[in-house]
Amino acid sequence: MNRKYWIFIFFFLTGIIACEKDFVDGFIGFSKPANFPEPVYRLTDNEITKERFELGRNLFYETLLSADNSISCGSCHIQTAAFTHHGHTVSHGIFDRLGTRNSPPIMNLAWNTSFMWDGGIVDLDLQAVAPITNHLEMDETMPNVLDKLRNSGKYPQLFRQAYGSDEITTTRFLKALSQFMVMCVSSNSKYDSVMRNEGNVTFTADEAEGRLIVKQKCGNCHPEPLFTDNSFRNNGLSISSVNDEGRFKVTQINTDRYTFKVPSLRNMAYTAPFMHDGRLLTLDAVLDHYQSQVQQTENLDPLLLQNSSPGISLSPSERVKIIAFLHTLNDRSFLFDKRFSQP
Amino acid sequence: MKRIFLIFSVSALLFSSCKKDDPAKEYDPNVMAELSVEFDNIAGSSDLQLNTGNYSNSFGQQFKVTKLKYYVSNFKLTNVDGSVYTVPQKDCYFLIDESDAASHAPVLNIPEGEYKSISFTLGVDSLRNTMDVSQRTGSLDVSGVAADMYWSWNSGYIFFKMDGTSPAITGMGGVFQYHVGGFGGYSTPTVNNLKTITLDLTSRGTPKVKSSKETNLHLMVDILKVVNGTTNMDFSTTPMVHSPTAGVPIGNNYTTMISHDHTEN
Repeated sequence: MNRKYWIFIFFFLTGIIACEKDFVDGFIGFSKPANFPEPVYRLTDNEITKERFELGRNLFYETLLSADNSISCGSCHIQTAAFTHHGHTVSHGIFDRLGTRNSPPIMNLAWNTSFMWDGGIVDLDLQAVAPITNHLEMDETMPNVLDKLRNSGKYPQLFRQAYGSDEITTTRFLKALSQFMVMCVSSNSKYDSVMRNEGNVTFTADEAEGRLIVKQKCGNCHPEPLFTDNSFRNNGLSISSVNDEGRFKVTQINTDRYTFKVPSLRNMAYTAPFMHDGRLLTLDAVLDHYQSQVQQTENLDPLLLQNSSPGISLSPSERVKIIAFLHTLNDRSFLFDKRFSQP
Repeated sequence: MKRIFLIFSVSALLFSSCKKDDPAKEYDPNVMAELSVEFDNIAGSSDLQLNTGNYSNSFGQQFKVTKLKYYVSNFKLTNVDGSVYTVPQKDCYFLIDESDAASHAPVLNIPEGEYKSISFTLGVDSLRNTMDVSQRTGSLDVSGVAADMYWSWNSGYIFFKMDGTSPAITGMGGVFQYHVGGFGGYSTPTVNNLKTITLDLTSRGTPKVKSSKETNLHLMVDILKVVNGTTNMDFSTTPMVHSPTAGVPIGNNYTTMISHDHTEN
């Protein structure tokens, strides 16, 4: 009994000391928002430290990652646009080569079960290899990137500070990038404050009703609190001339043709345009789509086939309330958080 | 003087070990020894010559090979006494690259003994394909030799790559690229092109592996069997294979490309 007591005191004190240290450093590490579930990312395989996070932050904004040293991850994932390529339907890489998909936000990735619109990547640690080596994006090779970093004046020292030696390996490089991306948690919207009972923040009548409508009419695919169920669905967009077959490209299963990952509804005020190819420029256009423009294409999600015509029935007042609620999901502090800005 | 004595005693030791008659006593299963497994890439009855050799498929289409690479992993050896030795997985991923002679004969560390069969995976097993990036070193490092053998957009290793040219292909510089991968998927079951190759070693000479000598298992890898087999590949209609499903026929073909030719004991 006595021993247990002392053990408790010991851990309590070390806890306090650890907290103090964090406070002194001004670096808190990863902390799960109280209204979020447990993260999916394996934090135990990549212990977050201030030095590794800072290394990742430098790498995220490093143009050496591209073939002609012109663009960084931050070029298409701009913080003030919640880490999307604001204003671009599809993103362009080096030499202004155009891709076919809209760059998704770097936000709450610790809860993502897969990455890319087609879910072709399931481990965040392996994600960065794709844009670095994609011909239309950075068009580099991984060996070249690591060599450029080794020969830079800056990085051997940053790797030493982060990992104890100058050695620049694939694992160190990718895990440092993951640390930066995992730390990009957006959880300070009005919605979050209401959910966590912070201060006296409450929903307006429209917002509260909008929340119920979203739960009822959108919540199957966009459930709280992350507003995505991480599934792949065909939401009835017309097939464009690109004929992007979505997840089918990855699984080559016929029922996956034209399905794409369900994106989160958070920070929509900053992440336009919408959909996998950025074809819808405004929130109103998105609602128009679900209300009246859903196409009956191969593998259309059954949830969009519950009424007499494909789509979701929405009255004008419901639309007003939905939009009022969606605006409570905007987290402006995320856009200006100095931890995530270009160093 | 000392050195001469040493040489004398070592050679005396060698001779005396040669004299032993009881084969069971020849091998100490507690002693590890080296067995090199040589992957000798050929095209039918001729040695494969990258870029210059001219070959033809069953449709009579001429072709040249500009690149040939494949992974072999997860080696297991069956002793003549029936016991099976599995080479520890982490030491057991090799990329055979025709353009790099140093890669042609990976060396396995196995217990001394005489072995009657060998089996291995052609490709990179599904477990390793889903492991943390820190477990993907050496031949599996995506910033190393694996940079050319990895699908980043559909995370997974490419098991087999054969690129080349054929006058039968119109456009695209007459280039064909046959890339086969697909380990079965992370969460959604997808195409699995992993192949286990098992070779009997008794008819062409069993390897007698001892720490005191070098033993080499000489395998022939016939690339004509990649294009001619259950499915005869037509360069004019199928010049590009870049996904697991499209790779299925080639994967099925190349299960027969490897044979045991002889053993250098």
